[in-house]
Parts: sequence; C-alpha cells; structure tokens
Amino acid sequence: MNPYHPHLLDRRLGVARGILWVTMGVLAAAFFRAQILEHGKYQLQSETNRLRPIPLPAPRGVILDRNGRVLAENVPGYTVSLLPAEEVTLRRTLGRIAPIVRLDSAGIDRVLTRYRRVPYLPALVLADAPFDMVSALEERRLLFPGLLIQPEPKRYYPDSSLAAHLIGYVGEVTETERAQRRLAPVRLGGLVGKDGLERQYDDSLRGGDGVRFVEVSALGHVVREAGAAPTLKPVPGTPLHTALDLDLQRYIGQIFPAGQRGAVVALNPNTGEVLALYSAPAFNPNAFVGGVNPEYWRRLNESETHPLLNRAIQARYPPGSTWKLAVAAMALKRGVVTFRSRMPIPCRGGLAYGNRYFRCWEPGGHGSLTLSEAIAQSCDVYFYQLGLKLGLTSLLEDANQWGLHARTGIDLPGETVPEFPSGTEYFDRVYGPRRWTTAVTLNLAIGQGENAQTLVDMVRLYQMLASDGRSRSPYVVHPAGTGETGVDMNLTAAQLAGLRQAMINVVQQGTGRSAGRVGAMSIAGKTGSAQNPHGPAHGWFIGFAPADKPEIVVGAIVEHAEHGSGVAPLVARVIARYLGADTTVARTIRLALPTDTAPHARDILPGAPADTASVRDTAPLDTVPPESTRAVTPPPHR
Amino acid sequence: MLSRLRRIDKPLAGVTVALLVYGLAALYSAGQTDVPTIAATIWQKQLVWIAVGLTALVLVSRVSPRLVEWATPYVYGGILLLLLVTLVVGTGAGTAAGSRSWLAIGGLRVGQPAELAKLAVILMLARWLAARREAPVTLREVLPPGLIVGVPFALVLLQPDLGSAVVFIAILFAMLFWAGTKPSLLVLVASPAIGLILAFSTVAWGIWIAVLCGLLVWWRPYVWEGLAVMAANVAMGIIALPFWKALAPYQQSRLLTFLNPEVDPRKTGWHIIQSKVAIGSGGFLGKGFTHGPQKRLAFLPAQHTDFIFPVVGEELGFVGVLVALALFAALILILLRIARRAPDPYSSLCVFGVAGMLFTHIIENVGMTVKLLPITGIPLPFFSYGGSFLLACSLAVGIALRVAWESRRSGYSES
Repeated sequence: MNPYHPHLLDRRLGVARGILWVTMGVLAAAFFRAQILEHGKYQLQSETNRLRPIPLPAPRGVILDRNGRVLAENVPGYTVSLLPAEEVTLRRTLGRIAPIVRLDSAGIDRVLTRYRRVPYLPALVLADAPFDMVSALEERRLLFPGLLIQPEPKRYYPDSSLAAHLIGYVGEVTETERAQRRLAPVRLGGLVGKDGLERQYDDSLRGGDGVRFVEVSALGHVVREAGAAPTLKPVPGTPLHTALDLDLQRYIGQIFPAGQRGAVVALNPNTGEVLALYSAPAFNPNAFVGGVNPEYWRRLNESETHPLLNRAIQARYPPGSTWKLAVAAMALKRGVVTFRSRMPIPCRGGLAYGNRYFRCWEPGGHGSLTLSEAIAQSCDVYFYQLGLKLGLTSLLEDANQWGLHARTGIDLPGETVPEFPSGTEYFDRVYGPRRWTTAVTLNLAIGQGENAQTLVDMVRLYQMLASDGRSRSPYVVHPAGTGETGVDMNLTAAQLAGLRQAMINVVQQGTGRSAGRVGAMSIAGKTGSAQNPHGPAHGWFIGFAPADKPEIVVGAIVEHAEHGSGVAPLVARVIARYLGADTTVARTIRLALPTDTAPHARDILPGAPADTASVRDTAPLDTVPPESTRAVTPPPHR
Repeated sequence: MLSRLRRIDKPLAGVTVALLVYGLAALYSAGQTDVPTIAATIWQKQLVWIAVGLTALVLVSRVSPRLVEWATPYVYGGILLLLLVTLVVGTGAGTAAGSRSWLAIGGLRVGQPAELAKLAVILMLARWLAARREAPVTLREVLPPGLIVGVPFALVLLQPDLGSAVVFIAILFAMLFWAGTKPSLLVLVASPAIGLILAFSTVAWGIWIAVLCGLLVWWRPYVWEGLAVMAANVAMGIIALPFWKALAPYQQSRLLTFLNPEVDPRKTGWHIIQSKVAIGSGGFLGKGFTHGPQKRLAFLPAQHTDFIFPVVGEELGFVGVLVALALFAALILILLRIARRAPDPYSSLCVFGVAGMLFTHIIENVGMTVKLLPITGIPLPFFSYGGSFLLACSLAVGIALRVAWESRRSGYSES
C-alpha cells in the first residue's frame, strides 16, 4: 500500500496538527500563567533586581550661639560606598579600590563587617572623601561596579576644639546604642550625637533620613541615579539655639593659660543661662566626623591629660576656700552668727582640737576677725570654729539641701555627682560607728575632707549668692518651661548683700586682689586651693560682677595652679570682657599670694593612741576619677 | 517575473516576511540597553544576513525539486565533511566558548555547519524514504535512516552541541512518522532513549522495562528485534551513570538547573530565573517596545540569541507572545498543508521535515524561556541572531515555496 495515499496523509496530517495545537496551547498556557497570573510576583522580582535603596542622610540641625553665630554646621562632603553585592564581588572591588582610597586590609575587613550587618544597604567605604579622591574614583568609575559617590552633609565645627566639650561630636551609631529605645529609629550606619549638646539634643538635631533608589545593571553598575523610583526626602534636623556667648567662649580660649588643665564656667546668675563653658585640654571634634582615626582615638584615651574629660561637669575637685562662703551662708541663715561676730579664739596660726593641731594657711595668724574679715582673709581658724558652732548635722543638712551633693541638672550628658556626705551615717559607714569624732567638721568647714565638687556645682552656689538666693539650674538651651527657680537659701537680702560685700573685699584687699577692680565696676569673688596628691594645689576662683547687681558669675579651676589667686585675673578678665570693660587692667594685675589652704593638721602628742580615723585628714580626692574617663564610650572604628 | 511572483504561495511568503520583520524588531530592541553590549548594532548585521537569506531563498525556489533530489547526496556528503573539519578546527563562541561548533576562516567566524547539516539531513532522509516507496516496518529497515541521521548527530554531539543534536533526533522521528512508519515501531525505536532517561531512577526504570515487555508481547515484532530492543533498554540502564559522567559539566548543570533553578541562582540558574522574571514582569501589554528594564539592565542573558523571546515577553507582554506564537503556528500549519499537497513523496517529506525542524526549534526555545524545557542553546527561527541558522531557515522556506508552486502547477485542487 502506498504510504502517501491522500487518506493516509490526511490522517497523519491530523495527528501532526493535533500535536501542534496541543504544544502551542501548553506554551500559551505557560505564558498566561507567568505573565497574567504571576505577574505581580515577577514584577516585584524585577524591581528588586534593579532598584537599590540608598539612604539620604538628613542634615543635622545647626547649633547657634545666643547671637545666632554658628557653633556647629554642615558642609558638603562626599561619602564613598559600594552597593550591596555578593561578598566575593565586594571584596574584589574593594581590593581594586583600596589603593585609591588608601584602605589597608584591616580597613577592607571593617567595610565587610559593616556590610554584613546591613547587607541590603550600601557598604560605606569612606565617610569623608577629599575632593581629589572623589575625582580619581569618578574617572575610573567603570572599573568599580556598584561604586556610589554621594554628596552628604558633613558636620563641621568652625571653632574646632574651642567648645568641643560643650558641643560634643557625632559618630556612627553602635549596636548597643541602637538597643536603646531612643535611638531605635536610627538606621545602622547613621550618625548620632556622642557627647555634649550633640548627644543631649540628638533627637531634635538628627532629623529624619530619606531614601532614594538607584537603578543598577546586572553587573552592579549604577545605571540611573535619579528617577528610577520616587525619592523620600530627608527631614533636616531643627536648629539649636543656645544661650552660649561665642565671643566670650573664644575669649576664654585665648586667655586660658596655655598647656594648663582646667575649666571655666560662666553663668547668668539671674537665669541660669550658660554663657560659656570651657574645658582644657580639649580635642578636635572635626576629627570624629567621618569616623575617628583609631590612632587619634587611642591618643585621646591614653593621654595623661584626659582631653575627653569635660572638667567643668565631669571632674571633682576639693572646693577649698571657695566652700567657706557656703559655711558662712549656712551660719547666717541659721542665725548662728552675724557679720560682726568674732570667734572665741583669735587666729594665732592654728587651732588645737582633740588630739590635733589644725593650722591656718597663714602661719603668722590673722588675729581676731569678724565674719566679713574672715571671708576676705579666708581665715581657716575662724571657719574651724564657725563649723563647730554650726554643728556637723546642720552643715551636712544645708549642703545637701542646697544641692551640693547632687547634679546641677545642666543640659549636658555625663554630669558627675559631687562627693559629699549625705548625712552623719556616711561617717559611720566609712569609719565605723563611734570611730570618728566631730573633728571631721573642721575639715568640712574649710572645704576639705570628704568633699569634692564639680566646677558647675560650685558656680551654681555662687549663682545663688549672686542672685536672690535661689538656685537656677544652669542650661545651655532654654528649657521649654518658664525659668522656675530651685532651692532657696533662705537668706535675707541684707545677709546676701553682706556676703557680697565680703567677697568684694576678697578681691580688693583679701586673697583675690589679683582680680582687682575693673574700671568702675567691682568684682566679687572667692579664691580656693584644692590640695591633691599629684602635685601643686589646684587653684579656684569664682567671682561675679557687678557686685551690687550681678549679671555674670564666672568660676574657674586651673589644675596645679598653686592657689586661687593666680586664677583670679583669668576670671576677672572674662567678667570684664563680658561686661564690656577694659580687660587690660585685669591683665596687668599679677599678685603672688600665699596659699589660703590650710596645711594638714598635725598631731599634738606624737605617738598618742589612735583616735586616728576621727582626726586624720581624709586623703585629698583624686581630681580625675578614673571611672569618669572610662565612662566615655569609644566610637566604633570606621 | 511578476507572474511568477503572483503564483507563489502567498500565506507562506506573508508569514515568513511577518516573522522576519517581527524578529528583526525584537533583535533591534535586544540591542537597546543601558549597559554597553555587543548586541547594540547586531540588528544591522542581521539585516545583511536577511538579505543573504532572501537571495538564497529566491535562488532555491527557482531550482526544481528534481535537481535538489539529485544533488542531495553531494550536499549531504559535503556537510558531513564540513562537520568533520569543524570538529578538528572549530572554535567556540558566546556562552558555549568551550565547544567547537564554529567554522572560522582566517580567524573570521563564518558559520555553524550544524545548522545547515539539519537541512542536509532532511533532504537525505527524504531521498532515502521516498526512494523506498514503502514505510519501514521493521527495526532493520529503520537502521539506514538511523545512520543517515546518526552520523551528523554524533559529529554534532562531539562538538558538543546537545541542542542541535536533539533536533536531528526530532527530524528523524518526524520524517519516519510522515513516511508512514507505525507509531509502535517509533516507540520501540525511541525506547532506548526513554530507558536512558528513566534509568536515573531505579524504580521508574523497572516499571518501564515491565511496560516494554507488555508492549513487545502486544505488538509482536520479530523475536530478535524484540530481544534487541530489550537488550538496548537494559544496556541503557547500565550505562546511564557512565553516560552522565561523560556529559560536560555545563550540560549536567543545565539539566540539574532545569529540575531546580534555585540550586545556583547566580550561575546556572541565572538564565532561567532572569528569563522568567523578564517574561512575568511583562504582564499583559508589556513594558513597551525597547523599554524592558530586565533587558536594558542586562539582567537577561543572551538576549539577542537564545533568550530573545523573553525580550518579546517583557516588552510586548502576553499579547506580543500570543502574536508570535500564532505566527509560528501559522507557519507550521502552512508547511503541513504544503507537505500534504506536495506532488511527490520526496517534496512532501522535505517540507514535513522542515516543519518538524522549525517546530522543534520553536518549542524548545520558547519552552525553555518559561522553564517548560531544559536549557539547550538552540536559536529561535527568524528571531535569534545567527547567520547560519537564518540561512538554513531561508533555504527551507525556499524549498517549501517551490514545492507549493509545483503542486499548484500540477493542478492540485482541494478535494
């Protein structure tokens, strides 16, 4: 039979057509399923294929001084990052990019570590790339798949280290920080304030990051920078208006003795506004922008001078004679004495109490003094007796009530609590019950013993004396509420005026004569010396002016300055500058005064049985508590 | 000339021109990327090849089928020679750089002889089957056509080019079928291949052997033939593993990836995943001509050759896909009609063989883009860039045009 008979061919043709229709039908069904039924799924895959989210960092709010001058601002900077890709690819690209961005193998590992934490965001290679590096990279753009050079606002502190402790610095958020509720919305790799105002007001300064999408090719090259998908604009941070007087701060930076350690705090006594807050030595906050150089960070932390420590609020010093005003105020308030009261024993260079001989700083003695004169001369013997007359309990009670054992509440992070006994049980705890005597009162009365204050705490005490006797929490940024006052010293106006007059005398004829008169205006103040085991005593001076109606109170401490009289001109010049008086007068005054800090008490009968705990001087406190330095968290290495 | 033009088979010419235009448009779009690729200006080269192909088409349509039939053995022999030469001096290209499928003269790659070999095999098979005037009924009678296909098949497989080799097998079965071979015999011929595939699962292979026993008892071939078929199947079960190991790693991974593309989404699975994403994201109407992002951003691999169909799917959507499939279906149906009406068995077999070849290419290429079939790099007729294959297709259409003209001239009428 002929296999090509038309009927047979027709039959086979039917089979062939059937096969064709079935297979075409299957193909059409497969495309229907992929393109119609599963379109959404593949559309999404297509988008994720080609779109990469790039965070747009919000510019941080600028920080301004009281006159609108810039303390911290943003300047344009460039970040270099690589779009997420497979780790092998990233490593290869990093290897090629390394010579240009000067990245060593440890740096490459750091980039990869950061990438592993957030594999869906661009891996930051360099947070602050100089312009020549950016152009070098742009030229070779095609060699580096996924290279992303993004202009980003970069934090800049025009005055560099001048107000470093006050303003603080910014750094990349760490894992531990993100665990806190406050910083939870910050994306990994985002910047947060690490210290000072930057940290305190981080929430409002930070703003909100935006996001944009770039389109990438299969090789990871960025193909389209804009327009691939809608961009979410970043919300800039709100500007921060501070009460600071940049002019004054700069002036302090100029006149603060070079190479010395210490701090200066200037307040408006009537409001609590912080006009200046200076701590030396300082660090360069600009060095933290874009990741601190590990070498610089190590130097800062290992330095003997602890530059990261804010000596105005984080360091405690024995207040020395500056404390005497507190004791005098307590005695006046309780009616124990008046300004004309004399003590039973005139000063002959010392006072025997118990088994010990407590010396006055003036070996020759001051003779019989009134309270006013005792303040002016800073006579230790007078205040030993005043302390005893006031009584230990009253002294502790008032000091605690006046906030001398509490933070001032200044709006800066990391403020230290002053060291001071909260009550007599403190001595029970430290020495054991009945193993101490009221002899501790003598030391406490002249600002020694178990007493170490922060500068800002002492300045606030003088702020109370310089205003109406009420405390006002110091603030850098005006708080939302109206300026309510804190504790009241309960001193009459006459008593306050008398204390001020005594302090004017300190400056004009007493221990602080080097502060002097500035023009027609009188400065009131008190010196102090804080003994310490590391070397010469630290010098204090806290003063205010004009003495009759104070507008500024300035406190300064200079470590190892021998005594407070050396610090007095510094404060006087700051005050003069602020009040617009001639500072040259203050500059020329140089007086060498003996220390007004009492030498250690001497045993009257050597080898007498130990009443030791009661009478021995507690070791002067270390001015730099090691734990306060360690509390500063290191920023993550970039 | 004009009268001759009027007498050509208009549907075939029309569909061919439509496919060439559609294919060229797709190829043009494939070059429109945001990432520089070699495909940017490839449509211009394809235009040259189309001119070459159309010239060849016209020339072949002027040649009598008798002359073609006479020349067939020489053509076949020449092609075998070319394949042998290719095997010795051939070079690789593109995705299959390790293979030797390209013939180069003086460093310039001129073509892939395997594509033309398909046409030569069709002509040779048609000549042998037509000369017999009877359909093969025994396995022994299937042996000569098996050899006609087997020699070029083996040469192509050695290149290695698995995709093209599969097309040879498809052509063999299609033409045996059109020559009137009983389906049962075709199943027996195919059984060793089925046995080979099923041998990867012992249970499936066991069931297949049992089924085969039943079929042999039912169909009652010659005893020795039945034994040979059984022996071949058992042998396949034994050599399956060595055969798997003999496959090139890329062939193994392609097969494995077909079974599960997520095994290695970045490497072997990349093609199929990106292809499906491109097609699926096209949706109903597509992203617009030349605007497909997957293609533009080079996510789609080999978008101008093997994976040109996803470009159509992404940019013209389901509608574009249906139009393309309809054109292909129309082409095959027209070729089937011509084969049916051919004035002599040789012409009929030739045209049916051409239909089978094109059908295999279309199904395999389109099927792999939606993961219905494993990836074998064979081109899509009239779409994929490639001179040799376009020439082969043009020649095939030229032959079909001539056959249609012959049948009309011999007074064939619908009955």
